[in-house]
Amino acid sequence: MEFVFTTEQSLLQDTARSFFEKVGGSAQIRRASQKEAGYLPEIWREIAATLGWGALVVPERFGGLGLGIVELAIIEEQIGATLYPSPFFATIVLALPAILAAGDEAQQRALIPAIVAGERTASLAYTGRAGVPGAIDAVIERTDGKLQISGEAGFVPYGHAVDWLVVAARTADRDGRISLVLLPRQSPGIVTERVAYLDPTHAVARIGFDSVAVPDGSVLGGLGSGDAALQRVLDRGAIALAAEQVGGAEKCLALSVEHAHQRIAFGRPIGSFQAIKHMLADMVVRIESARSAVYFAACMADEEPGEAGLSEAASMAAVHCSDAFYRTAADTIQVHGGMGFTWEHDAHLYFKRARCTRGMFGDPAFHCERMARAMGLA
Amino acid sequence: MKLGFTAAEEAFRGEIAGWFERALTGDFARLRGPTFGRDDIALMKSWERHLGDCGLGTIAWPRAYGGRAATLIERVIFAEEEARAGLGPRPNHIAVELVGPTIFAFGRDDQKSRFLPPIAAGREFWAQCFSEPGAGSDLANLRTKAQREGGKWVIEGQKIWSSLAHIADWGLVLCRTEAGSVGSRGLSLLLVPMAQPHVTIRPIRQMTGESEFNEIFFDGARTAAHNIIGEPGDGWKAAMATLGFERGVSTLGTQARYRRELELVLTAARDNGKAADPAIRQRLARAEIGLRVMRANSLRMLANMECQREGREAVINKLYYATWHQELGELAMDVLGRMAELAEGMDYAFPPLTRMFLFSRADTIYAGTHQIQRNIIAERVLGLPRDPR
Repeated sequence: MEFVFTTEQSLLQDTARSFFEKVGGSAQIRRASQKEAGYLPEIWREIAATLGWGALVVPERFGGLGLGIVELAIIEEQIGATLYPSPFFATIVLALPAILAAGDEAQQRALIPAIVAGERTASLAYTGRAGVPGAIDAVIERTDGKLQISGEAGFVPYGHAVDWLVVAARTADRDGRISLVLLPRQSPGIVTERVAYLDPTHAVARIGFDSVAVPDGSVLGGLGSGDAALQRVLDRGAIALAAEQVGGAEKCLALSVEHAHQRIAFGRPIGSFQAIKHMLADMVVRIESARSAVYFAACMADEEPGEAGLSEAASMAAVHCSDAFYRTAADTIQVHGGMGFTWEHDAHLYFKRARCTRGMFGDPAFHCERMARAMGLA
Repeated sequence: MKLGFTAAEEAFRGEIAGWFERALTGDFARLRGPTFGRDDIALMKSWERHLGDCGLGTIAWPRAYGGRAATLIERVIFAEEEARAGLGPRPNHIAVELVGPTIFAFGRDDQKSRFLPPIAAGREFWAQCFSEPGAGSDLANLRTKAQREGGKWVIEGQKIWSSLAHIADWGLVLCRTEAGSVGSRGLSLLLVPMAQPHVTIRPIRQMTGESEFNEIFFDGARTAAHNIIGEPGDGWKAAMATLGFERGVSTLGTQARYRRELELVLTAARDNGKAADPAIRQRLARAEIGLRVMRANSLRMLANMECQREGREAVINKLYYATWHQELGELAMDVLGRMAELAEGMDYAFPPLTRMFLFSRADTIYAGTHQIQRNIIAERVLGLPRDPR
């Protein structure tokens, strides 16, 4: 059995941990996410180009490292631990894989090297106003012989700040099947706006499409051919996001344990009381099982199990890790008492990340329903 | 990092699966029943002999003692295939997984040659006699005592929660050999013949209506002075090691049995229409996901153990599976509805899922209660201060 990190993967984990600890202190992430862009471009370039993580999942023929979801998960875990705000998820986990999954060689050559070099960022507009996967409010249709996109998209990660957008749109003359369209964010007719969001360390945008002209060669892989590619990207994204949740939960545990050691009540550290101990022990149970789920799902995904197998792995990770992070973050506030309820303490940032990641690719109920269908129950 | 077993491990799995397939015919087919042939002592004993005769009784042991020096993963695969074949836990589990390794680790050469071969051959059965009515979670509080009289130990006291003691030839008895000692000091591990007038074994009727465990009364029971593991007073260290030998081996086998139970629940839900109830369907999907996560966690634990590492995933195993199994029991009852509350006939004989529901209340008690398990994680893994005890 080889269900353990390779030496290279352990090194990547060490590098990612120390990097995000260096740039991702509480004051640093709060400051960075308050910028208009929601992140610091110079550190993004360091992540993408200097550390080379822009090239992680890029095939070797484009100068990439050709690695998989396991490696993405390793980095996402450390991003989750620090809540570090950057377009990493938007660009590397969502947009880039969409271009790889759906685009043709020319489209890939046009954009991927710039992403690898840290010169360009991108995001994926995959939901409509309500943010529910599958409910897409953008439509692509031919008007006067010209392709145009109209409608809107919601909850687009860093959609107001990235250079490129991969837009999922319903195709009017292909039975509403999905087209994935690659457009510069600043195309005429595209209006992006960062919205106030429950999770202060993560930026999302609302995007309006007002008869946006779709130039030749912008539709990835052809009109109406995007359903399977989008599903693949979202399922793989769900596994990477689950890793972020594990990292966040792990940090919550560390904060809680530290507090339980230091906080004295009735003349004893509160960590000596079983009521507190058992809460913390339950966190360990949730976190370690979630970590096992993530890396199992990541290995499954990297072994290319087919659409159904990938979806089941993603749903397993999404349900288990969403619950693990949410419960752990909620209990972290409880362990910290009144201090955990303040804006100053980071507990609420993790709690909010836990809440907001829960539904990013469908909430646990959605994934359970999907799993139930796979089990032949519905 | 990747999933899957090596080609050699898969070949081993094929060999074992094929062997079970061939072996579980004739009388032995009854071992696949819902009670795993537990009500038929002769059948259990002849099954253990058959395993021994085929060289599969104690695969983990060295070849010199009738084993085949199986790796950890091979042992796990063996347990998994045993469960997949429809068998329950091994009748001589205590001897093979606990007593044997204890004798290997702490026993003298004469003890090894006296006791190990009959275990490997499936000819001698053992009971573990640790817990007492007044010493469960706080095992070191035990009161059973033994004192030397001439060339013998004479044992007085009561043990409890010993499974299959009624078919055991020998008992591994943790008792106090130093008069007046308290706690974990002054304890010894004795090897005691069970077939003697001073040992009384009584089945405990549990809340399922069945009897899987016994209480054992030692009323001046005798064993030869040399039937002691190590020196007098070494008992606690050896007993703690005994409880650790099995770690990880049974995980996938247990999960194969859970898988079969879950399939029973799913089939029932499809058949009676409860699968159409969205609330039930959500819980069924969660049960499925929970079991897959359990397998993922076990595989990670085993892979780490193979590299001589023990990660935090190992310490959550008990809390995780006990919680999952209890919830499966509750879900089964909600799926079956009130029909699950009806016994077949007048003798409190319930269908398998009802029995599982009742039995699962024990999951959070045996082998370290939920509360003790949480204390262990909090104190040993997270380093929190011990609470007063």
